[in-house]
Amino acid sequence: MKILVAVKRVIDYNVQVRVKDDGTGVVTDNVKMSTNPPDDNAIEEAVKIKESGKAKEVVAITIGDDKAQETVRKALAVGADRGIHVKVDGIVEPLAVSKILKKIVEKENPDLVFMGKQAIDDDCNQTGQMLAAILNWPQATFASKIEVKEKSLEVTREIDEGLETIEVNIPAIVTCDLRLNEPRYASLPNIMKAKKKPLEQLNASDLGVDTKARIEQIKVEEPPKRKAGIKVASVSELVQKLKNEAKVI
Amino acid sequence: MSVLLIAEHNNTDLRPFTFNAATAASKINEDLHVLVLGNKSDSVAKAASEIPLVKKVIHVDNDIFDNFTAENYTSTILKHVDNYSHIVCSANTFGKNLMPRVAALLDTSQVSDIVNVISEDTFLRPIYAGNAFATVKSTDKKKCVTIRPTSFDPAPSTGGSAEIVKSEPGDKFESSKFVKREEIKSDRPELGTARVVISGGRGMQNSDNFKLITAIADKLNAAIGASRAAVDAGYITNDHQVGQTGKVVVPDLYIAVGISGAIQHLAGMKESKVIVAINKDGEAPIFSVADYGLEADLFEALPQFLEELNKLNSIQK
Repeated sequence: MKILVAVKRVIDYNVQVRVKDDGTGVVTDNVKMSTNPPDDNAIEEAVKIKESGKAKEVVAITIGDDKAQETVRKALAVGADRGIHVKVDGIVEPLAVSKILKKIVEKENPDLVFMGKQAIDDDCNQTGQMLAAILNWPQATFASKIEVKEKSLEVTREIDEGLETIEVNIPAIVTCDLRLNEPRYASLPNIMKAKKKPLEQLNASDLGVDTKARIEQIKVEEPPKRKAGIKVASVSELVQKLKNEAKVI
Repeated sequence: MSVLLIAEHNNTDLRPFTFNAATAASKINEDLHVLVLGNKSDSVAKAASEIPLVKKVIHVDNDIFDNFTAENYTSTILKHVDNYSHIVCSANTFGKNLMPRVAALLDTSQVSDIVNVISEDTFLRPIYAGNAFATVKSTDKKKCVTIRPTSFDPAPSTGGSAEIVKSEPGDKFESSKFVKREEIKSDRPELGTARVVISGGRGMQNSDNFKLITAIADKLNAAIGASRAAVDAGYITNDHQVGQTGKVVVPDLYIAVGISGAIQHLAGMKESKVIVAINKDGEAPIFSVADYGLEADLFEALPQFLEELNKLNSIQK
């Protein structure tokens, strides 16, 4: 079995994001970038399945500018076998990402495609479902547990009401929740080894995918600021304030 | 120009967020129709027809919809979209799972999780865990939009009498199978719609200590929330998680207990009307969004809090 894992380079989850003064986006210059957190869970799960002997190869793919390659190198350092970088500059909407991934799926013929359930930059939560749709494959979204069976996966999904379990036939798409596993850290020797693993480079235009934006970003603004609150000295003061000042209890 | 809202329900009742989504959908265009896909779900179609904002209900009743899978929903939705300019549903786990599958097959770039309707093609949506708001304009002919339910008031549920039209399902999808759903049943208000939410974080230390929170929630008729750290640590189940990848809540009162206030948690609660933080670390970021901060050991503060509430003559429900 072969698993394709899609990873995205985003602003690190610990960075306090700032909006650009001209309203065209957020500040990314000199800002720490990392792999989108649930994409790390996707890689970890694929590597674990390979280690259990149920998969032969894990291929990591990213779509983005030259620096996006860092995310593939990191995936290679934690156990992916080889990488693919599809070069595109600027914002690529999930619909275009799913079309690029479909081209790669047709070329690579993976049995499974994993990715994070949502990217923490645009917060879209679309790509996996879109890829499943255009491939006409089943989708197992928001996965917190995956059991690999003979020709299917049993996946536990996190839903608003609790948990749901579904069985999807292979080939399938899985989008991963942060609770799926605990991603490992890359050791220094493995980071060095990863530099020697193959990383294929392609251009989105060569794949015949139109990546032109369908959604115009008119402006980006700071969210409304909350006015500064106060510290109360005691629980009784807190309860009095809630009762008589805020009038919420 | 007409809007098709995909109803979320349990085959008996509409789920509460469908009413919030109806409000947003009718702001896009007043010619609002609702598509109900269910199994033995006549009561749901009737409930949808009674929403005064709704002009027409299309009802497809078939056992393939028993478990609301995105695959079976999608083929049927695609059969019914021809006359609509917008397909909409709630941006909760139901809509997040479903809508992109529909959008991709319509070759539409979906607009996710809108918090305001500016015009028929322009919407406001949070990005970067709510640290920025983007105004975006969809240029696709048919638009697929998911709605952050807590940003819109629920539509009135009675007084309407829209026509209910029966229709036929699309193809059944054979490659996936529903196994089971473990719903956590509770008599408390739902987290997404509760007037008061009290949440615990890593500071709670174990699941047993959540009973300190439960006692106060009982008193205030509050829903119980949690930070991701508390869920990851197994103190409480995932359906309680508030934050960027959990639920977004906008209660009148949000009480954060033993929660430091990571960006990802703030994304799920900072629009609450009044925020209270109880934390022993005076430097915790949660205090930066709190209207009332109490720097205290939660194990002393929570029992005192309950005691003070017991002293009050009346408490709002």
